[in-house]
Amino acid sequence: MIDIVLLSFLAVIALAIVRLRDLFAVVMLTGFYSLLSAALFVVLDAVDVAFTEAAVGAGIATILMLGTLGRIAGEPREHRERPWLPMLVVLITGGALLYGTLDMPHYGDPNAPVNLHVVPRYIEDSLAEIGVPNIVTSVLASYRGYDTLGETTVILTAAIGVMGLLQGRRRKTPGSKAPPASSNKRPRRASGVTGMLGNTMQHHLILHVIAKLLVPFILLFALYVQFHGDFGPGGGFQAGVIFAAGFILYGLIFGVNDAGLVASPATVRLLIAAGLLLYAGVGVATMLLGGQFLDYSVLSTEPIKGQHLGIMLIEFGVGTTVAATMVRLFYLFSR
Amino acid sequence: MPAEILGLYNYWIVIVLMMAGLYVVIASHNLVKKIVGLNIFQTSVFILYISMGEVEGGTAPILAEGIPRYANPLPHVLILTAIVVGVATTALGLALVVRIHQAYNSVEEDEIEKAEDSQP
Repeated sequence: MIDIVLLSFLAVIALAIVRLRDLFAVVMLTGFYSLLSAALFVVLDAVDVAFTEAAVGAGIATILMLGTLGRIAGEPREHRERPWLPMLVVLITGGALLYGTLDMPHYGDPNAPVNLHVVPRYIEDSLAEIGVPNIVTSVLASYRGYDTLGETTVILTAAIGVMGLLQGRRRKTPGSKAPPASSNKRPRRASGVTGMLGNTMQHHLILHVIAKLLVPFILLFALYVQFHGDFGPGGGFQAGVIFAAGFILYGLIFGVNDAGLVASPATVRLLIAAGLLLYAGVGVATMLLGGQFLDYSVLSTEPIKGQHLGIMLIEFGVGTTVAATMVRLFYLFSR
Repeated sequence: MPAEILGLYNYWIVIVLMMAGLYVVIASHNLVKKIVGLNIFQTSVFILYISMGEVEGGTAPILAEGIPRYANPLPHVLILTAIVVGVATTALGLALVVRIHQAYNSVEEDEIEKAEDSQP
């Protein structure tokens, strides 16, 4: 019942986002949309997913969008014209998809094809094979370890892309004296998230006190999620985004410069690569020990202990890369 | 008939959300709003996967004594990683928007096209 209410709310918010033209309102509604979908994931028994969506969608993604709005300050409203052709395309596509759902197995059907292939093995044998109660962790880190390595690499690649686009052209090549672009002539103003929300936030006593109270607990909770992810809901991805969200909260309220003193951009950049290196390094170590790439069983004399050690190491690598990437993105968008 | 509606309600909402996102991507001229549209589309796919993995009478896939049925853990794994990859790629899109704004001083598609045409 709750899921039906939540789903209906999601549809209402999505339609409101379509209609609204004020971009600030659109971004805030997007954050709300993500928070609601996180609540929906809890109802649908996907607790690990809910963690991640709450920290990423309602927290980090919204901050990045606000940072973008701060940088393109001026006209936060969209133009629009002739919406009829897109409407036609969307209605036809939607109708076709709707027709397709009529053949789908019903929601919650235990005999749906998606629940019959591979998954019974995960549910019945993973405790004996991997020794970790949280099936999501054992599938993510061990059965599908290659896949997760690939995902972590994509995150690193995206971070490199954003750094390349936004880090600016500070390096001056001697000899080439190109005239500065007109955009560089503008007086440097406070921009990004801190600029948009105003530096006044640094003088709000209530925000300061609340943040000082909250941030340590958020960081502690992130560490708990990281290292307890084998037994309860959690793991590297969730912990990474929660840790980053706590750190970003600090940066938002005390200023990016203060946050930079805690973790300098250069350090954070190194950590992005170090996490992935740790992950791949575990794979290489298992090969040197005579196993296959990312077969953790050879890490210890008992296969189960080896699995445990391997999962802990690679989850730590994932958490490091994810947290460092999110913090680096925050730095870049709030400059 | 109510069973039919309840059994497919999740998927229908997913389609509504997906089409709302698609409409924004096609119809809006504003690059930031296009990325918001992509995000809505993306979240609808997340909900589709997680809905398919839900099992009647099941619980979160963490093994414990005395629990007869678990939700399907595989969609959870796929979507969990997809969310984090999604925010990284969203950031890449937003970075492109910022650079386009630096070059053209606008994030409206029609104005950017006009500026493109007027250049030699």
